[in-house]
Amino acid sequence: MKTASYSSEKNNLFLDGFLKFALVLNALGVFVPLLFMINSSFRNGADIYTTPLALAQGFDLTNYRLVLTEGKFLQYLSNSILVTAFSTLIVLICGAGAGYALARYQFRFNTTLYLFFLAGLLIPAKLALVPLFIQLKNMGLLDSRLGLILVYAAGAMPAAVFIYTGFIRALPADLDNAARIDGASELQVFRKVMLPLIFPVTGIVGIYTAIPIWNDFLLPLVFIRDTSKMTIMQGISVFFGEYGANWGALFAGLTLAALPLIVLYIILSSQFIKGMTAGATKG
Amino acid sequence: MTTYQRPWIFIFVTPALLLTIAFTLVPALTLLSYSLFSWQSFKRGEFVGIENFTRLMQFPFREDFLGAFQNNVLVFLTLFLVQTSLGLLLALAIYRLKRGKKFFQAIVFLPVILSLIIVAFMWKLFLDPLFGPISAIAVEFNLAWLNQPWLGQPGLALFTLIFIGLWRWVGFPAIVFLAGMNSINEEFIEAARIDGASEFQIFRKVIFPLLAPSFTIVAILTFIGAFEWFELPYVIGGVTGQPGGSTTTMALLFYRLAFGTVDSATVDVGLSSAIGVILFVFVGIGAALGSYYLRKREVQQ
Repeated sequence: MKTASYSSEKNNLFLDGFLKFALVLNALGVFVPLLFMINSSFRNGADIYTTPLALAQGFDLTNYRLVLTEGKFLQYLSNSILVTAFSTLIVLICGAGAGYALARYQFRFNTTLYLFFLAGLLIPAKLALVPLFIQLKNMGLLDSRLGLILVYAAGAMPAAVFIYTGFIRALPADLDNAARIDGASELQVFRKVMLPLIFPVTGIVGIYTAIPIWNDFLLPLVFIRDTSKMTIMQGISVFFGEYGANWGALFAGLTLAALPLIVLYIILSSQFIKGMTAGATKG
Repeated sequence: MTTYQRPWIFIFVTPALLLTIAFTLVPALTLLSYSLFSWQSFKRGEFVGIENFTRLMQFPFREDFLGAFQNNVLVFLTLFLVQTSLGLLLALAIYRLKRGKKFFQAIVFLPVILSLIIVAFMWKLFLDPLFGPISAIAVEFNLAWLNQPWLGQPGLALFTLIFIGLWRWVGFPAIVFLAGMNSINEEFIEAARIDGASEFQIFRKVIFPLLAPSFTIVAILTFIGAFEWFELPYVIGGVTGQPGGSTTTMALLFYRLAFGTVDSATVDVGLSSAIGVILFVFVGIGAALGSYYLRKREVQQ
């Protein structure tokens, strides 16, 4: 008996050693490219050409200055923040409302509506690019941030409604009925009883909605022409076109574009992971 | 429920419903109609039935279209195979850790949060044959196999793109599998261990079968993702799928035919819409059939 457990221990040692090696290798694979990018962002283009692998001499911010002033990155970043924030806000408010109604009120079209949103999950907005383009043009919303916000919000809505409905259905109905008996109006029930209860799932829906919008490239590529309205991911590609020969600036631009999410991720990694895999994992 | 709630139903549901109808349902249905008309740039011409679809199968579009489809199939199969095995490996590695689970989980998932655009441009610089660090490393350490035109050679470029996609996405299946492993009742594993099963047998006979639902999710999401592949080939190979059209995907072709050319004479909204409809139907039916078949397998086990 003793020898058997010894051999399985040894077996585990080998297996766990191999698995840990894989994890360390993966960590290197993740960090080395990112650190290389950051390192090169502090070097000037000519140096990168002659010695691609050398370390930066201190924190030379010349590239960042160029990116922020001539590259219009502050404009791009603020556009991205604006578009992401407003579309996510719309999704959270409308999604929570619809989810609440579908979960709590019995009415004739309840199931139909639920199935409609479920089917909406299957429609990828990017395939309807041409109709959306013409539709936005007719509405005067082409080349406008509002147009982007509306399309993003609509695209993310079905998933939000779906997650909210499931979450609210699992909450005991006694809570809101008690408030109703106490004389609360429907809006008060929603605001005072529901909102605090759905707060945790709101974080998940928010991340699930916001990250893909922040990272998106295709919709602004098609809908936005005016550089002052471009998002950061679109701006990066414009910047690569204009400063293609200045690698130091390119790496600084990439670092700057990646930084906001990486910093947020370092602070909130568990929430990010939970939010972005929502729907793919239970709980 | 009482009637005084009726207006509230309306107030709560309408905004979400209207937005979804106006900016997803209507465009999706319009896409279907667009594919049945002939187009002069962005002006709709006459009704032509399924002519756009048949034109896709004729010269000069046939080659592009079938080539793109083939590329998408290749992307899906390779991604699925490699991503699933690596994802399982990383998930098992984190699952068996006694300390530092959260830490390694965060590292594995980090590239997933990055925009594909950033990832694509970053690797484009890394893989530059003249000034990129990869070729510098190859020269420095005399590694002939590493010193290749990774993005410049047809036949090689698509696999390099798949590698980049993998770098960014492998954390996703890893975390999905890990969540699946974490939801397995540990008593099953302990029982198998007491019965004298080896670690490999435990993985093969206990953990793997119980991961079937995670497996379904990963398979379907990879399928959808692979057939909508756009950003990576767009950034690296451009709208014409360089080198030599070898990185053209269906989504890239779909984009190129509508928006991707300065020359408005070659814009063909009808053809682009036909590809959109085909992709939509193919991905929809594929995902539905796949989940039906895989779910059935889950139940049997």
